[in-house]
Amino acid sequence: MVNTYDVVIIGGGPAGMAAALSARKTGAERVLIIERDRELGGILQQCIHNGFGLHRFKEELTGPGYAGRYIKMVKEDRNIDVMLDTMVLNIESDKIIFAVNPAQGMIEIHAKAVIFTMGCRERTRGAIRIAGERPAGVFTAGAAQRMVNMEGYLPGKKVVILGSGDIGLIMARRMTLEGTKVQAVLELMPYSNGLTRNVVQCLEDFDIPLHLSHTILKVHGKERVTGVTCAKVDDNRCVIPGSEFDIECDCLLLSVGLIPENELSQQLNIDMDALTSGPIVDQFRQTSMPGFFAAGNVVHVHDLVDFVSQEGEIAGAAAAQYANAELSAAEKTLKVSGINGVRTVVPQRISIADGQAQPVRLFMRVAQTEQRVTLCIESAGEMIQSRKLPIAKPGEMIVVELPADAAARCQDQITVSLKREV
Amino acid sequence: MTNTAKADVVIIGGGIIGAAIARELSKYSVDVVLLEKGPDVAMGTSKANSGILHAGFDAKPGTLKAVTNVRGNQLYRKLHKDLGLDIKYTGSLVVAKTAEDMETLKDLLVRGNENNVPGLEILDKETVLKMEPNLAQDVAGALWAPTGGVICPFGATIAFTENAVRNGVRLQTECLVEKIAVEDGKVIGVETSQGFIAAKYVINAAGVHADDISRTAGDNSFSIRPRRGEYVLFDKAVAKLVNTVIFPTPSKVSKGILVSPTAHGNLFVGPNAQDIDDKEDVATTPDGLQEIISGARRVVPNLPLNASITQFSGLRAAADGGDFIIKQSDSVIGLIHAAGIQSPGLTAAPAIAEIVGNILREQGMTLNEKADFNPVNPPKSKFHALTNEERAQLIAQNPLYGRVICRCESVTEGEIVDAIKAPCGAKTVDGVKRRTRAGMGRCQGGFCGPRVTAILARELDMPVTAVRKDTNQSYLFFDKIPASCEVKSNG
Repeated sequence: MVNTYDVVIIGGGPAGMAAALSARKTGAERVLIIERDRELGGILQQCIHNGFGLHRFKEELTGPGYAGRYIKMVKEDRNIDVMLDTMVLNIESDKIIFAVNPAQGMIEIHAKAVIFTMGCRERTRGAIRIAGERPAGVFTAGAAQRMVNMEGYLPGKKVVILGSGDIGLIMARRMTLEGTKVQAVLELMPYSNGLTRNVVQCLEDFDIPLHLSHTILKVHGKERVTGVTCAKVDDNRCVIPGSEFDIECDCLLLSVGLIPENELSQQLNIDMDALTSGPIVDQFRQTSMPGFFAAGNVVHVHDLVDFVSQEGEIAGAAAAQYANAELSAAEKTLKVSGINGVRTVVPQRISIADGQAQPVRLFMRVAQTEQRVTLCIESAGEMIQSRKLPIAKPGEMIVVELPADAAARCQDQITVSLKREV
Repeated sequence: MTNTAKADVVIIGGGIIGAAIARELSKYSVDVVLLEKGPDVAMGTSKANSGILHAGFDAKPGTLKAVTNVRGNQLYRKLHKDLGLDIKYTGSLVVAKTAEDMETLKDLLVRGNENNVPGLEILDKETVLKMEPNLAQDVAGALWAPTGGVICPFGATIAFTENAVRNGVRLQTECLVEKIAVEDGKVIGVETSQGFIAAKYVINAAGVHADDISRTAGDNSFSIRPRRGEYVLFDKAVAKLVNTVIFPTPSKVSKGILVSPTAHGNLFVGPNAQDIDDKEDVATTPDGLQEIISGARRVVPNLPLNASITQFSGLRAAADGGDFIIKQSDSVIGLIHAAGIQSPGLTAAPAIAEIVGNILREQGMTLNEKADFNPVNPPKSKFHALTNEERAQLIAQNPLYGRVICRCESVTEGEIVDAIKAPCGAKTVDGVKRRTRAGMGRCQGGFCGPRVTAILARELDMPVTAVRKDTNQSYLFFDKIPASCEVKSNG
């Protein structure tokens, strides 16, 4: 079967749903969301804790609650089709998409514009090479979260968590509430990678010890995990000899980083940013291939779903314009890069069309925790905009709005950097 | 298992050797039982080794290693198709860096020619670097062996076993052999965790435990010292780093740390070689992983460490004599050893199986060919390898082929159900992984793990809490509510 759509969105999580609604609002006639899971919502469906939607809906929702609002809006629009339980196998550069599901079999879809909203996946034990045995009981925190919150099973009864990213912190609390003993959370860096509120609400409130500058050297257990050997690391993240100690546990959860899921984008040889692991995009979230857009965690890993939705809206609107041949081609492209402590910036490009600069929102992450710094946006030696930051943490994304007049003053290269106060 | 169980031949050990012997004996009208202590075959050394189809220039001429290696390599050419094995004939290179290394290559060439290895050739630096541009620029030359290649070792073990079972061999998993029973110097059977099995012939293919098994029969003639080797496996995205199996110039104890493609299109480095005492110790160590990474970098300097996806180690079953032990026991009639099988045992396996068949004949066993022996395993549906038209046809027959469970490797629910239902089917999550590759990719089961667990529970009609990762007690999940709290309705 062959289907034709204006905008096809790959991934029905928060970015994808926001993109679909926004594309429709901007004039796309027919929109399709392709989702591999059995329902829309993406990872939100397993995030049953609250804290979602403070920006978006000005109230505090659970993950499924936040997803539910978008699902309702998507379902109300009869021109948004949804294919569930469907996996995209490959996409050709002329925007022909091959997908598969049990009900329809092989599906060929023709799109005028494509939006990648595939989200991200978790870094694994193998990727960080933790030595030791390979017993049952080692899980990524997200996989464990799915088992606990959606399938209704526990991954262990005495848990150690490596990594203090938000999923690790949330799972520390979740497992505690399920009656499981969380022995400790270990973090390689001298700071937590999660939101401060999560450190407080998930660890401190439950007296769960957080060992900063610590790592796990070995996993023990022939059949099921019986413990882990930990150690302290120095400023260069090297193990300090003699600092090793064991913690008894039957389960190790890993929250050691998220990686944007870009298999499909890479098949198409779209230009990628080595630091975000996502495609290089402009302010419309258009990738290096015209008509292919990307939004949400597939571009760069966000802290807050609210910003994911917002990015989805940007991409959805632009994709609709592209499909209707209303998105002007860039006459000029400004390159945005982070230096001096700014690790990543999205968008990495600003497209200027019709001679008209538009306001642009920049999303940044710093390389390490810094106090009392000034974030400087400069171009051709001119300071375009600056902002004083009492503290900047890698775990918290920095958002700066560049007004149209400021954007207009920028030359070919824009740099974003941190300047320390002297 | 009833107390009256009996067989003509009991094979102890469901590794590549036991599986190859079972498949060899399944050609004949004999009643064969294959015993494995784990829930699946290929649970020991056979799941964690280099997976190399060795050409055969390494072993000392005249040894069992030399003879069975070259013969085994030839036999795999036919088995490849019959059993649907995953093999790539990449060829192999032994890379020399010094003048001394080059002398060693000449010795290997002479040795290989004596072993009747076809096509060996010493290549100069330019030719080597043209074939393998990512090698260290200070290579001096290499020994090229066109018959070298890579084979999936656990896939081969499963395929041999499946074919054996299709041809009448009985596979008993989770069946630990406690003792070989001997009366008047003759084997009468085996005592197992599932009861006694009477048999006149017992084949000892127990890998690192072969000496322990032998001792239960009173034969103390050899001992096995496990020699552990560690590995790092890399993402398919970086597999193009090398095209062939790359060996360094060998030392006395080991063939050295290789850099090689796998049969499935990944890349691996390893192994190191460490003599250990614990026959169950397949842990990797921080130092060991560093050792193999450094070793590999001497040959291939720009190893993309950020693309590593998993690490593992396996145990070489090294016998004290050095060579394979394939013979009738000197002290117990009816006990046949296929022991001390370290490298190149995977390559040698089909040839070892032939020898074991011959030993049984010499011992007076009649091996009459079965008229209905079918050497072929029916082909498996591999969704990722099909054209879109073929996929559509497959899904029309069974919609489960339209549900992709493992996204990294594009494995469908239909393939997973097939793997569970096959003769010698998967019973564990890792069993599914070894048969279908679900969970073998870069996310290492992060996405498909819960789904594979649910499919196993459904197909094997058991609760999710009974699903195991790999070994006998490796349960993955617990019930949220303890059974003691459940409300019981008494009708």
